Amino acid sequence: MNVTINMMYEDSKLNPHLFDTDVEQIPIRQGFGEGLLSAGEIDERVVGLCADLTDSTKMNLFKEKFPERFIEMGVAEQNLASVASGMAAMGKIPFITSYAMFSPGRNWEQIRTTICYNNVPVKIAGSHAGVSVGPDGGTHQAIEDIALMRVIPRMVVISPCDSIEAKKATLAAAQINDPTYIRLAREKTPVITTVDTPFEIGKALTVWAPSEGNAEVGIIATGALVYKALCSAHILQEQGIRVKILNMHTIKPLDVSAVISLAKETKRIVTVEEHQIAGGLGSAVAEVLAEHNPVPLRFIGIKDRFGQSGEPEELLEEYGMGVTHITDAVIALTRV
Amino acid sequence: MSLTHDEICELKEKANAVRISLIEALLEAGSGHTAGPLGMADIFTYLYFHQLKHRPQDPDWADRDRLILSNGHICPVLYAVMAHAGYFPLSELKTLRKFGSRLQGHPHREYLPGIETSSGPLGSGLSQAVGMALADRIDHGKTSSKFFYCLTGDGELDEGQNWEAIQLAGKERLHTLITIVDRNNIQIDGFTEDVMPLESLKDKWESFGWHVIEIGGHNFEAIDTACDQAQAVFDKPSVIIAYTIPSKGVPEFERDFRWHGASPGKGPDDIVPKGEQGILALKRLRTLGERVCNECND
Repeated sequence: MNVTINMMYEDSKLNPHLFDTDVEQIPIRQGFGEGLLSAGEIDERVVGLCADLTDSTKMNLFKEKFPERFIEMGVAEQNLASVASGMAAMGKIPFITSYAMFSPGRNWEQIRTTICYNNVPVKIAGSHAGVSVGPDGGTHQAIEDIALMRVIPRMVVISPCDSIEAKKATLAAAQINDPTYIRLAREKTPVITTVDTPFEIGKALTVWAPSEGNAEVGIIATGALVYKALCSAHILQEQGIRVKILNMHTIKPLDVSAVISLAKETKRIVTVEEHQIAGGLGSAVAEVLAEHNPVPLRFIGIKDRFGQSGEPEELLEEYGMGVTHITDAVIALTRV
Repeated sequence: MSLTHDEICELKEKANAVRISLIEALLEAGSGHTAGPLGMADIFTYLYFHQLKHRPQDPDWADRDRLILSNGHICPVLYAVMAHAGYFPLSELKTLRKFGSRLQGHPHREYLPGIETSSGPLGSGLSQAVGMALADRIDHGKTSSKFFYCLTGDGELDEGQNWEAIQLAGKERLHTLITIVDRNNIQIDGFTEDVMPLESLKDKWESFGWHVIEIGGHNFEAIDTACDQAQAVFDKPSVIIAYTIPSKGVPEFERDFRWHGASPGKGPDDIVPKGEQGILALKRLRTLGERVCNECND
């Protein structure tokens, strides 16, 4: 793909090959596994607990290095959350993993009461979020988890866009005292960022901006779909439509000033997430803008449906989260 | 070492004072649970005045034993015993359940120093106690001097999460973990064996790898012996199934599941009119207290 690199925000130090057809692809969960290993090396208070999915959540990297700090919980997600709470009360920094559908899906009340109400620094890594889980089908596709987590007081919610960002998010999560949810995906995902890309919890990252002048439409994206948003921006650029994209890796606390500033600049916003529109990133953005700076909004996400079996790409298309959908939403907004 | 006659007398007198305090607090609050707190007053008194390593003036002391109350709704007895132990003034018991109080309707660890875990939603206390014991073992190995006492209700054992925790504790052989089940046979909707049969509780816990001790929960010598035994068991968690009488100390309220969630003045009125429930409860407990004193002074 012939791309004008200078359209990508220079300060973000993104992967210069991200629009190459052979762009490197790594599962986001891999970054979590590496980040947890590093966090464990840095801080001996870090412990790992897993509900019988150690390899597929990539906690195996930590387990192999620190077997004495790893607890195999069996298939018991409610216990997973509350045992971690008890360990945190004794000074540990527990990371718990399962598929997002089961943790935080099944154990929501335990997370609310024993982790957040107790105010202990448990870190919840939910893997296999989104419909891009693919063939396993709707039972295993967590598309409500952002909503479930962001509604709980004190919970920090992070949805990294690639494996490198997931590693940084995991390391950062280990260093804050708040309960934290890290949303991970199963599939290999194009690597957008580099080790030099800035990452700070609660601070949105501009990943695309016009080389000069204001953008006409602002895109706020999270997770693996940040890549789709970038692909869309590239197409829109060729059509002469200038957009600006925020990678909103932290959904809570939301970078309110970045959202308002983008809305003031572009007057039009599209949100992009692999999640139900109800309660997710789009809702969070809408809450801010409705109160502070109302502008026309369009939401790319799942419209009150369950997932199903299929290949990740065909599911993203079926549920309206492909590049074309984003592009069409932006173009439609320019006419508002 | 078994309890002396004097120690037992002191515990009996203290437990009665705790019962009176918790009834006074419930009357002031106008709501709250009666049966469980009265039934567990002896065990709480024993733990706080004889067994626990704790420092009421230094509630965050790192080497303290941990008491994790899983069935948070019986917190009036926890608050009352903590006040008597010196964690906070007895007068503060009058703030129970009121706006701005440290004594929340169900315990909150951030509000009141000395509360280890927030609780109320049933079935998660044991998991947290397991987590604490696991963390302590990582730090101090199998020779840790701390014990983790988790107090649960019996109706609460309907919750599946308990059994997740029970099997993990068995697998991990957490011998510093001691669970005390308040086997009072009642829950909100009725008697436990009618609502959801729990028996044979002993066999269930044993089959999950626990050492099981069954005692009468109002007998201080039995409570003491059971705790001694539980502490001596190595490489296995212990559970003390304590058979208690709900609403113990107020005969008109005893064994009646309708007193599970009612406070005096709000309870069933077919035996005692609502308006007389509070006065009667205090009268019965004061009479009981005088009897205890007389017995002990003989």
